[in-house]
Amino acid sequence: MATSLESTNVVKPDILRNAIGNVLSLFILLLIGILAFSIRLFSVIKYESVIHEFDPYFNYRVTQFLIKNGIYDFWNWFDDRTWYPLGRVIGGTVYPGLTLTAGSLWRIFNSLNIPLSVETVCVFTAPIFSAFASWAAYLLTKEVKGTGAGLTAAILLAMVPSYISRSVAGSYDNEAVAIFALIFTFYLYLKTLNTGSLFYATLNSLSYFYMVCSWGGYTFIINLIPMHVLLCIATGRYSSRLYIAYAPFVVLGTLLASLVPVVGFNAVMTSEHFASFLVFIIIHVVALVYHIKGILSPKMFKVAVTLVVSIGMVVCFAVIAVLIALVASSPTKGWSGRSLSLLDPTYASKYIPIIASVSEHQPPTWPSYFMDINVLAFLVPAGIIACFLPITDASSFVVLYIVTSVYFSGVMVRLMLVFAPAACIMSGIALSEAFDVLTRSIKFQLADILGDSHSGVGDAASNSRNGVVQNDVSKVNKQSVGDKNEDTSKERPSRKNRKKEKENMEKVSIKSRIEKRLLVLPFETSIIAVFLLVLLGGFYVIHCVWAAAEAYSAPSIVLTSHSHDGLHVFDDFREAYAWLSHNTEVDDKVASWWDYGYQTTAMANRTVIVDNNTWNNTHIATVGTAMSSPEKAGWEIFNSLDVKYVLVVFGGLVGYPSDDINKFLWMVRIGGGVFPHIKEPDYLRDGQYRIDAQATPTMLNSLMYKLSYFRFVETDGKGYDRVRRTEIGKKHFKLTHFEEVFTTHHWMVRIYKLKSPKNRIRGKSKKSKSTPKASSSTSSKRASTGKRNPWH
Amino acid sequence: MVKSTTTTTTTKDAQALLHSLCSAYTATPKNLKIIDLYVIFAIFTALIQVVYMAFVGSFPFNSFLSGVLSCVGTAVLAVCLRIQVNKENKEFKDLPPERAFADFVLCNLVLHLVIMNFLG
Repeated sequence: MATSLESTNVVKPDILRNAIGNVLSLFILLLIGILAFSIRLFSVIKYESVIHEFDPYFNYRVTQFLIKNGIYDFWNWFDDRTWYPLGRVIGGTVYPGLTLTAGSLWRIFNSLNIPLSVETVCVFTAPIFSAFASWAAYLLTKEVKGTGAGLTAAILLAMVPSYISRSVAGSYDNEAVAIFALIFTFYLYLKTLNTGSLFYATLNSLSYFYMVCSWGGYTFIINLIPMHVLLCIATGRYSSRLYIAYAPFVVLGTLLASLVPVVGFNAVMTSEHFASFLVFIIIHVVALVYHIKGILSPKMFKVAVTLVVSIGMVVCFAVIAVLIALVASSPTKGWSGRSLSLLDPTYASKYIPIIASVSEHQPPTWPSYFMDINVLAFLVPAGIIACFLPITDASSFVVLYIVTSVYFSGVMVRLMLVFAPAACIMSGIALSEAFDVLTRSIKFQLADILGDSHSGVGDAASNSRNGVVQNDVSKVNKQSVGDKNEDTSKERPSRKNRKKEKENMEKVSIKSRIEKRLLVLPFETSIIAVFLLVLLGGFYVIHCVWAAAEAYSAPSIVLTSHSHDGLHVFDDFREAYAWLSHNTEVDDKVASWWDYGYQTTAMANRTVIVDNNTWNNTHIATVGTAMSSPEKAGWEIFNSLDVKYVLVVFGGLVGYPSDDINKFLWMVRIGGGVFPHIKEPDYLRDGQYRIDAQATPTMLNSLMYKLSYFRFVETDGKGYDRVRRTEIGKKHFKLTHFEEVFTTHHWMVRIYKLKSPKNRIRGKSKKSKSTPKASSSTSSKRASTGKRNPWH
Repeated sequence: MVKSTTTTTTTKDAQALLHSLCSAYTATPKNLKIIDLYVIFAIFTALIQVVYMAFVGSFPFNSFLSGVLSCVGTAVLAVCLRIQVNKENKEFKDLPPERAFADFVLCNLVLHLVIMNFLG
């Protein structure tokens, strides 16, 4: 009874401390969630609650359709308003995760009688899920190192600029939910690995299913986890928990991935998934070997090994030969173009110009690393070292994650987004370990400094801390004692031995004292170090808030500029789309470069020829050829596609650099890739695309030049292009096959209508109607007659 | 002459190996043997399906895939159950076998729900 009373008195402070710690962690997590949500709201405050960029408009349109028509119509939707005349099977080519998530959110809010519009839900989906992502990062890092590291990683992820750039309020894109799914899947994998529970393995597979639904980057998970399993097996860390973590995940994961229509049978047929099957076989072999090793005696086991190895080698070679023959027979060795461009960064620029032309697929520059992850860039190596002391399954996984994501982020700037959570986790571990060591030194030495009079109280209060230090010391003791024993067993018994024993005893005591000192840094140093670390955190916060406010909050559909007479707002895009939706027929087709396809279908509600999905290279090449050809040829191509209006983006008047003239080189390259009569050297003067007086005649006659600069000379009398910084070459010309119907306020979007062909043909060719036969001779006569008719 | 002695030694070794394997296996408890039987049954069913596909062709590929993967899936889950229930496994000695079985049932439920959806 007395003992129980004593035990409760001793146990109570620990329980109380744990309880306070838990409540504090919960409160901190709540604050982190609020921080992650609010730091992404700058664009809503500075501009308005509008959807940004290009891809989110497509997702918004799909969400609208889903909410209006329900899930069965969405699943079977064939969209005829895009890629005219081919159409697009939306149900089978879109990753449904994001739209289903936003649709469910909208439905939940509406059922609670909170009438939010679809646009509001779409705009704010990304900040909500970034809060969830930081909580998932907390859980993940807690599995690796503990609660302190978890909280640090969560706060770092909430603010890291790379993640903010793709999940700001209004950026309604796949990555908004996919990063949360990625981190959560990794957390569940590590939890299964640490506990060996089949329940978490099921949850892991379901979370992987959510990731497959959301983003094409799921192939990263299905390749990283097998790589980690292989690493564990190779480093001798195989355990039955590894089997439970991996084998059900492969089976369930493959099945669930095949359920998503975009992936379908690719889940078992493409090379991206073969690694998981290979490691599945390998882990079964290893499990069998370990099992048999457990039930046999060592001698028998050796016999078994020699037998199996000799037979098994033959079978293995046969199977591998068959596999290699199968894979080598396909031209791309079974990999898709995008994956190949990741493995071989020069592949896309050589073979697939469309993939090479997307700005997000370029390799990042060195400064962009510092811009996107700032301080974390030099905390990551410290974190990697901290993961090795001691190394566990979970920490080896995080090290593998960061190494692979660093490589991929170096290939494609868009994949910096996958690197950011890894960097946050590593930096969280590093910072937490650093704070651990520093605060422990402070506390230890504080106890010493104040401690001679308060030794009893100090001991009880810092019991656990000292206990930790003592444990470390005793561990070191045991280690050195073990060393000593090994040394003595190897030495011959002699007087030298006894002397060595004495020396070793002394060495042990000295070592323990040295170790004790090594675990503790000097007092002033620790205080200064803590202060410097907090200052580092302060710099990080300032940079993140600046990046979120200034660099990543532009909706790019509305532009602003500050000048001496205030703020200018350029709302030309929405002006043009509104004009289209009010002044054209519902069935009219609009042709533009593929960048603007999604926005045109979503905001102007008109059928487009090509859009951002870029799935049909020939169709895009057709539009590119039309833009690069002379006016008549371009008219004929557009007329064959039933196009009524052509939309061109022009930045020369205001200095908007991402206009169609700057993108013209891609039109020529992609068009020339399919239609050989478009040759890039025809448009280049000294290897450069020029539009001034030195430009080539092909360039000056091309449709893109004419549509961009028609009547441009009327603005300032000289035709000075502010983006190219020169006067244009051909200033006064008329359009024969197009007529200008709308130009926006700042001349940023220009819309032209195709002129219909003339009803009657004037001139000498009227006489040819009297001779019905020999139409070829009449056509040749027509060509040779005097008046040039532009329609022939 | 030398060759025949080596072959006889290898056959003797193989026989000794088989004998020791059999004796070690008969020592395993009954519930584990039942689970092993279930695993062998599942894998056998999968093999039958693959042979059938080799004869008939793989036209409704999703049906073939779901059939084979359901057999492989239950086999894998049963192996996981065996790992967790085996008393010789020190990592799982404080996991009650009822919890292991409940996890097994849950996982099987999810697996078969997905299979029913994918079967077509």
